[in-house]
Amino acid sequence: MIYVNNLHKYFGELEVLKGINCRIEKGECVCVIGPSGSGKSTFLRCLNLLEQPTKGEITIGNTNLMDKNLNVDELRKGVGMVFQHFNLFPHLTILENVTLAPIRHKMMSEEEAKKKAMELLDRVGVADKADNYPVQLSGGQKQRVAIARSLALSPEVMLFDEPTSALDPEMVGEVLEVMKQLAKEGMTMVVVTHEMGFAREVADRVFFMDEGIIMEEGTPSDIFDHAKEERTKTFLSKVL
Amino acid sequence: MDQFAADFYKVFIRANRYEMFLDGLKVTIGVSIAAVILGVILGMILAIMKMTEVRKGRKTLFSVIANIYIDIIRGTPSVVQLLIIYFLVFHTQMGIVAGVVTFGINSSAYVAEIIRAGIMAVDNGQMEAGRSLGLSYGATMKDIILPQAIKNILPALGNEFIVLVKETAILGYVSIQDLTKASDFIMSRTYTLFMPLIGCAVIYYLLIKLLTFGLNAFERRLRQSDIR
Repeated sequence: MIYVNNLHKYFGELEVLKGINCRIEKGECVCVIGPSGSGKSTFLRCLNLLEQPTKGEITIGNTNLMDKNLNVDELRKGVGMVFQHFNLFPHLTILENVTLAPIRHKMMSEEEAKKKAMELLDRVGVADKADNYPVQLSGGQKQRVAIARSLALSPEVMLFDEPTSALDPEMVGEVLEVMKQLAKEGMTMVVVTHEMGFAREVADRVFFMDEGIIMEEGTPSDIFDHAKEERTKTFLSKVL
Repeated sequence: MDQFAADFYKVFIRANRYEMFLDGLKVTIGVSIAAVILGVILGMILAIMKMTEVRKGRKTLFSVIANIYIDIIRGTPSVVQLLIIYFLVFHTQMGIVAGVVTFGINSSAYVAEIIRAGIMAVDNGQMEAGRSLGLSYGATMKDIILPQAIKNILPALGNEFIVLVKETAILGYVSIQDLTKASDFIMSRTYTLFMPLIGCAVIYYLLIKLLTFGLNAFERRLRQSDIR
């Protein structure tokens, strides 16, 4: 589903990604962990071209992301993204937040989009807030709306960029629950996270990133219980 | 008190002089409205030209042109601009049009900065969220960024309108009969100073009050989504 080969990314002189290689299968849930500044978010943002990779290969489905003639907007319809700070549109109601993109893309009529949005909002448990504005919601509710907003385009891949890092502790669970459900339903997911419990329980595979490369990868048990790399052990001893 | 009433009669009533004030007021309002429209249109174009720099991450031909234009307009007095445009560009023809063009151009430089600042003040995450949903740059601007930027832009723009209305008081320099020129004329006719000057000031004040009131009402409507 996702194939990355020798991905490099520079910000000016600074090399943030130093050759990422990985393959993510359809329906897999991959959690990316690692210390801050290790390039986790940059890697994730390269997957929907919010960051332009400097060199390397990325393929998602049949789409080559490094193709000069790539229709970026078309790619992004199929690759949803959930942000740390939710980034809901504050001037639109919850329902409008979810229906905006499908209606603009003419994927469905306004009626159908509303119907689908209500189903999605119901699924993430905020259907009763449909006519409210984002400012009236709690952090956990906002993030669940953000997930519904991405799902409205029926993406094939979902990217999560530290989705629970900006939440109050008591709201982390409700968001993770929605994500867990999504993983169970077979969504292909790449999750940058500091929630080790979630990674251990839900992930099919875990990538440990440090200094711009994937230093170690494996099943949650491989990483959390039988880490081979010294760096991985040091990191885990600090966060677990 | 008798003197006051006599002056009032002399300045406003006799020879239908209130009509001069009214005609002057019409010119002031007319030039202001036309100049504001021109200023906002030019200002938007300039803001878009400047924004190309943000999008590309480097200076562009458009942004350089816009910056030079803004630099020159902001660096010279509006009276001088008015004189240049009236005498050198319009050759003392069509004074009102020269006034509209001057104030439109003058205002556009400030409006451009106001619009640009208003857009830049919207969190970058909004653009990223829009783009990540597959919306184009233009569509994200129109549906997501601009509706939010308007709330930042409007109060500053209202302020700019107010400044512009009062700035038109220099139209008399090129013998356009605006409100200030009318009171000037009546002073020289009636040999009174207090009544024409204070009368003129009060009319400006009420005009600005009305404008402020309208802008505040509009702003309140835009703030709907902020109400908890």
